[in-house]
Amino acid sequence: MKKLILILAAAMGFATGAQAAGGEGIVWDKAPNNINDLQSLQHGAKLFVNYCLNCHSAAFMRFNRLTDIGLSEQQIKDNLLFGTTKIGETMKAAIDPRQAKEWFGANPPDLTLIARSRSGHGGTGADYLYTYLRTYYRDPTKATGWNNLAFPNVAMPHVLWELQGVREPQFDTESVHGHEMKVFKGWKQVSPGALTPLQYDQAVGDLVGYLQWMSEPAQSTRVRVGVWVLLFLGAFTAIAWRLNAAFWKDVH
Amino acid sequence: MAEFKEISPNATATEKLVNWFDNRFPSAGSFYKDHMSGYYAPKNFNFWYFFGSLALLVLVIQIVTGIFLTMHYKPDAAVAFASVEYIMRDVPWGWLVRYMHSTGASAFFIVVYLHMFKGLIYGSYRKPRELVWIFGCTIFLVLMAEAFMGYLLPWGQMSYWGAQVIVNLFSAIPFIGPDLALLIRGDYVVSDATLNRFFSFHVIAVPLVLLGLVVAHILALHDVGSNNPDGVEIKGPNAPMDENGKPVDGIPFHPYYTVHDIFGVAVFLMVFSAIIFFAPELGGYFLEYNNFIPADSLKTPAHIAPVWYFTPYYSMLRAITSEMMYALIACVLLAAGFAILKSRMSVIGKAVVVVATLAAIALMLSIDAKFWGVLVMGGAVIILFFMPWLDKSPVKSIRYRPGWHKGMYGLFVLNFIVLAYLGTQPPSPVGERISQIGTLFYFGFFLLMPWWSRLGDFKPMPDRITFAAH
Repeated sequence: MKKLILILAAAMGFATGAQAAGGEGIVWDKAPNNINDLQSLQHGAKLFVNYCLNCHSAAFMRFNRLTDIGLSEQQIKDNLLFGTTKIGETMKAAIDPRQAKEWFGANPPDLTLIARSRSGHGGTGADYLYTYLRTYYRDPTKATGWNNLAFPNVAMPHVLWELQGVREPQFDTESVHGHEMKVFKGWKQVSPGALTPLQYDQAVGDLVGYLQWMSEPAQSTRVRVGVWVLLFLGAFTAIAWRLNAAFWKDVH
Repeated sequence: MAEFKEISPNATATEKLVNWFDNRFPSAGSFYKDHMSGYYAPKNFNFWYFFGSLALLVLVIQIVTGIFLTMHYKPDAAVAFASVEYIMRDVPWGWLVRYMHSTGASAFFIVVYLHMFKGLIYGSYRKPRELVWIFGCTIFLVLMAEAFMGYLLPWGQMSYWGAQVIVNLFSAIPFIGPDLALLIRGDYVVSDATLNRFFSFHVIAVPLVLLGLVVAHILALHDVGSNNPDGVEIKGPNAPMDENGKPVDGIPFHPYYTVHDIFGVAVFLMVFSAIIFFAPELGGYFLEYNNFIPADSLKTPAHIAPVWYFTPYYSMLRAITSEMMYALIACVLLAAGFAILKSRMSVIGKAVVVVATLAAIALMLSIDAKFWGVLVMGGAVIILFFMPWLDKSPVKSIRYRPGWHKGMYGLFVLNFIVLAYLGTQPPSPVGERISQIGTLFYFGFFLLMPWWSRLGDFKPMPDRITFAAH
């Protein structure tokens, strides 16, 4: 019996190991946790509206919800709304979707829930986005001139390149189990951007934090309420336990 | 008409009010007596006996939260996904109601699986509780339909493609399959028509059936009385009774088990709330990540996996490849050979077995393996219905069965978990082999039970339940 269990367990391990090795792409970096940092979220919102909202929509996100991250309605109107957009409206892309399809070959996906939908075995959706926005490189064989390590053959060009500058991935060839393999060794800055690498990582961290917040604006409330609910249930459980004991103490 | 009871004019106002109602609606009083204060349950219930009342609690949670979700949800392919996000963002406390409902779906299956496991190990399906068990299995089957249809409603990628895959399974049935799948979908692909009919089934048709079955399950249980961890009858002809004719080893359900279950409910709600408030996606198992992308009929996800509670059966479905069919044919041959050589059937009986075996093998070779996979998947649930007649052990409870029987049940649970895990993973050659062995073990466990369940050294059963005061 025990032997059989062991064999099963070993086989399971083998099966999952084979799975992990078969996965493509690179290891995701851990995104910084900015979900309770209002200043960072506000900076992220600004980056989002300036850089992402041109082509991507956030169709389930209303502008006035940004009051949750500490902005006043007046601030939102003055800094984040363009044209005739009303504050109660959802975030629509500036680009015409049909035009986008023509230019990029794909319709830019809605970003409201991107931080939730991109979660996976490699980490949270925020980890993925944090990695993705920092692994663009020049690739003249692509129509846009850009390629990405986390999302190979991506249709989107490097929108933040003026901030990051141009980088090139460095590979080493190593022999693993007799096979020649390309192993990623790091980045080489080809030309500098407006931000230092450290500042760029921080800016992307802010943007990703915003995307994460936008994917579930109630998440901080949820955790806060949850603490109280569990405290109440803890007390309730204690009372229920003693009540039960009081009723059963005379049962023989 | 029942006798009209007069009450002393000196009685308190409360007593007068109770008497007033009792004269006009005596059913309420007798219902309370039959099912609560006068229903005697064994004293020795343990941990496993919490899950029946918890299943009832989750059912109520699902109905109440479902009512509120229906107020804001729109069963229209164009706006369904958006309406769920509207609930998550714009409806006050909508996120809480939605998470309660989505977590409730998974909690329902956890609670029901544990409840069924209790029945398995204590022989709660044995005579005279066969119908209690069959009603319960039907509830499980109906619950699966309810969950499957509910999962389409958020109209995300997994909703859509999961429904597409499962409904397509029906088309594997020979002759009627394609038309049946068309009837279920109401269209050639999963579409707005499918969403509308699934919504209708999910919010009213199936819950009505479910409620009726739950009532039948509890009424039948209270008619024959609850089993217990010792599998000893407390209301049988030899069981001791007190001077009022009440079982000495029993105790009124109310207040003793109501207060007991309140404690169970409190602990359950702690776990339930911890998931709702701190991990509503539960690592992609309760809410799949892909389901945060709106359904797109043109983009098939790379890996389609059903929600975790269906994955053991999904694994068994995937295990039935055309290669696996040869293993199944070998099993059929083995069973037929055994029947012919070992049983004392007449020559005509043996001839019937030979013809039936040949016919079965011919069908197994000629019909696509996918159909047999569907049959295996359905059979994995249906076989549970036959437990009362498969188990031939001389004692009900696992407590008095041989040690290796406990090992068999342990292995069964482990196998079920392994199958569930493999069902969440993309197909792989190693996973396929393991799931095939697991499928054979699952069915072997049940189909060979009439033989193995009588083997071994059974411990003597006590005359009375074992109960130590708390």
